[in-house]
Amino acid sequence: MRKTFSFHGGIHPPENKAQSVRTPIADAGIPAQLVIPLSQHIGAPASPIVAVGDDVLKGQMIAEPRGLVSVPVHAPTSGNIIAIEDRVIAHPSGLLAPCIVIASDGKDDWLAHTGSADYRALDKPDLLERIRNAGIAGMGGAGFPAAVKLAVKPGTAIATLIINGTECEPYITADDVLMRERAQQIIEGTKILRQLIASEETLIGVEDNKPESLVALRAAAQGTGIEIVEFPTKYPSGGEKQLIEILTGKQVPNGGLPSDVGVICQNVGTAVAIYDAIVLGRPLISRITTVTGDGVEAPQNFEVLLGTPMNYLLDKAGYQPDKNNRLIMGGPMMGFTVPTPEAPIVKTTNCLLAPTEAELPSPPPAQACIRCGMCAEVCPVTLLPQQMFWFAQGKEFEKLEQHNLFDCIECGACSWVCPSTIPLVQYYRASKAEILQLRSASEKSEHSRVRFEARQQRLERETAEKEAKRAARKQAAEQRALTAAEDGGAEDPIQAAIERAKAKKAAQLAGAENAPENELEKLEKAVVTIRKRLDTATAKLEQARIEGSDLVVALQTGVDKTAAKLAAAQQALHDYQSANSAEPPHKEPADAAQVAIARAMAARAADAGLSPQEKAQAQLQKLQQRLEKSRAKLAEVRADGAEDKIIEALASTVTRLTEKISAAQDQLNELTDA
Amino acid sequence: MSELLAQYPVFAALIALVGLGTVFGALLGFAAVRFKTEGNPIADQVNDVLPQTQCGQCGYPGCRPYAEAIANGEAINKCPPGGEAGIQALADLLDVDFIPLDEEHGEVKATVAVAFIREAECIGCTKCIQACPVDAILGAAKQMHTVITSECTGCDLCVEPCPVDCIDMLHEEQSLRTWHWDLPDPVSRQVDIIATDALAERSAQDEAA
Repeated sequence: MRKTFSFHGGIHPPENKAQSVRTPIADAGIPAQLVIPLSQHIGAPASPIVAVGDDVLKGQMIAEPRGLVSVPVHAPTSGNIIAIEDRVIAHPSGLLAPCIVIASDGKDDWLAHTGSADYRALDKPDLLERIRNAGIAGMGGAGFPAAVKLAVKPGTAIATLIINGTECEPYITADDVLMRERAQQIIEGTKILRQLIASEETLIGVEDNKPESLVALRAAAQGTGIEIVEFPTKYPSGGEKQLIEILTGKQVPNGGLPSDVGVICQNVGTAVAIYDAIVLGRPLISRITTVTGDGVEAPQNFEVLLGTPMNYLLDKAGYQPDKNNRLIMGGPMMGFTVPTPEAPIVKTTNCLLAPTEAELPSPPPAQACIRCGMCAEVCPVTLLPQQMFWFAQGKEFEKLEQHNLFDCIECGACSWVCPSTIPLVQYYRASKAEILQLRSASEKSEHSRVRFEARQQRLERETAEKEAKRAARKQAAEQRALTAAEDGGAEDPIQAAIERAKAKKAAQLAGAENAPENELEKLEKAVVTIRKRLDTATAKLEQARIEGSDLVVALQTGVDKTAAKLAAAQQALHDYQSANSAEPPHKEPADAAQVAIARAMAARAADAGLSPQEKAQAQLQKLQQRLEKSRAKLAEVRADGAEDKIIEALASTVTRLTEKISAAQDQLNELTDA
Repeated sequence: MSELLAQYPVFAALIALVGLGTVFGALLGFAAVRFKTEGNPIADQVNDVLPQTQCGQCGYPGCRPYAEAIANGEAINKCPPGGEAGIQALADLLDVDFIPLDEEHGEVKATVAVAFIREAECIGCTKCIQACPVDAILGAAKQMHTVITSECTGCDLCVEPCPVDCIDMLHEEQSLRTWHWDLPDPVSRQVDIIATDALAERSAQDEAA
């Protein structure tokens, strides 16, 4: 007999389990329409891979997982997809969620599937892949994808595998009948799990209020090494962390996972689903659901296809809507009111509870907390519910977190014992959600701050760059203006030309005086420097030759090059000396400029003294002279037989001049007439 | 020297005090240089409390400038996105009295909105891109723009500059992802079923008794 432990607190609510275990599991049959929500578990919803109008077979995958924490969805029976749309699902919010709707054809044709009876031959990744592809999510209530839970981090040693057959919540008997009737499958599924995670010991924990289950499991587990552990009934023993403490005495640390203390926990329903998936090759398309409460005539357990509308199942059990005050999915402690009986059964629907008003009366108004401390006495995680109640009312979220609000498993024990009937758990649920929202809001605000600051920096940088560019442009413009003022200050082009010419001459004169010495000096210096460099290079080359260095070739080229340069420099010096000794050649251009200037001046002065008529006369004469010249040139070019282009150009010049002359003639005539 | 000091103890005291003053003065001076705080730490803390929507409703160009203004004595009730909770947090941080939100700067919105550009109507003028304080709008000149929803703070600043009025502020509809339990209503007390069968048990016991 294994030593069991106990956890703090806990309660003993009336069990109300007897009424639904009188008959064996009944087959709920195939409803006309199945509504299969795409999200039946914690994690990302699956995405559909079928279209409206498609025919599907039983067990065919109709939606594939999206992301790691996600599982696929399969068709529970054969039929036709009639809609993929938002439908009401079993959720306390009453909101719609995407669902695939199948009209069943009643034939229930299976997709060809093969299991692998010899699962021992399969390795771990293969097993995990099969479990994931079978769409198995935890059947206990939370619905966490089983493959994710089983894929522990490498290096984490799992000492204990626990199969949870506790089912501590009142009214629910789905796991109980499963253990009674399918103990063999549970044991087989457990063996697969044991092989998968290679645990040292494997335990199945069952409360002592299920003697038939204990007998059946013990018989099935004979000689397998799987230990069936019986322990006293107490709510909430079925909580994962509570069960671990009962069976091993270990407490899962705050914010940790069971694998942190070397334990993995799975529900008995999940074990059967894994057996079906591995050995029979069947995906998870049905489950055992308890239909109970005084609102139904025949409380019992059904094997029901996922997606079956709740009212179909309720009718099978003799539902009396007028007696029922509200329909509850799950048990009376942790369940929630279903918005409408059309909602479908999903992977986590372990119980449908249809109580009468006398059975589960509506809650009376809450009264003031009297600080009796009963809630703290029953809390299975040793929290202080009365303190957290105050903080939740005052929205003091920091204090709530300090009081470990997030360790609350929402079992409802505190609310159950509260003499003031305060809905404590609802306060904690709301506060948890609000804290999570605040966390995500503060994450977002931090993100926005970073982006805002990055933008500010970018804008500053851009402004600085623009400013720098503008400054550079301004400077360049100023420079241009300055040089323009220096160069072209004179308005009169002739005056400017004169000044330019003067400046040029002055420069030439200065150059003529200074240049010879400067130039000569420069050339002489160059010759001396190069000679020195040649000497050093030659010395180095000699040294290298003596040492037999690798650099000889490189140095040789260096020496050659320097020698060539020296020769060039000497040549330049020589040329300069000989040129300088001759007559300086730059006297003539200066004179030419002078002459041109004088000519222009003279012409201008002459112009100034003439009357318009005389001017026109002179203009005409000039034009006639140019025309003569052009004609002569054209004739010459024609005689030489030059290119057509040149001839054309000259011919057009002649034409233009002729026109100009006639225009000038007209002007002159006008002037003469006047 | 020692004789002189023995003779006039007042000099000894004077020298000792001046010496001490010099030493500690030097120490303090060194500490002031060595442990100098960059920026304004109060403004940083205030900035952490502000919601970082960068909406400018407070009259400052962004949350950081308002944080600096608060550190310099500006009123704490000019941030509508922060709401009452934000003012309360600022009041706690700065140890000042809570004052109600200054309605002049806008009203508290129930839910955060996200900008949405009706893309068919967008003419690609980039005006909204320039207005966005967190670079949450993607697009280029003469190209259609779109809002990166996850980056949008819902500050409304892009709505005004749009010449064709094609930007809407959309409020996120409640979905299964965003839904959560509300605090129980203290008046109606219409709560869900958690653990209400205790009363049934008690009445059953009463009957049995």
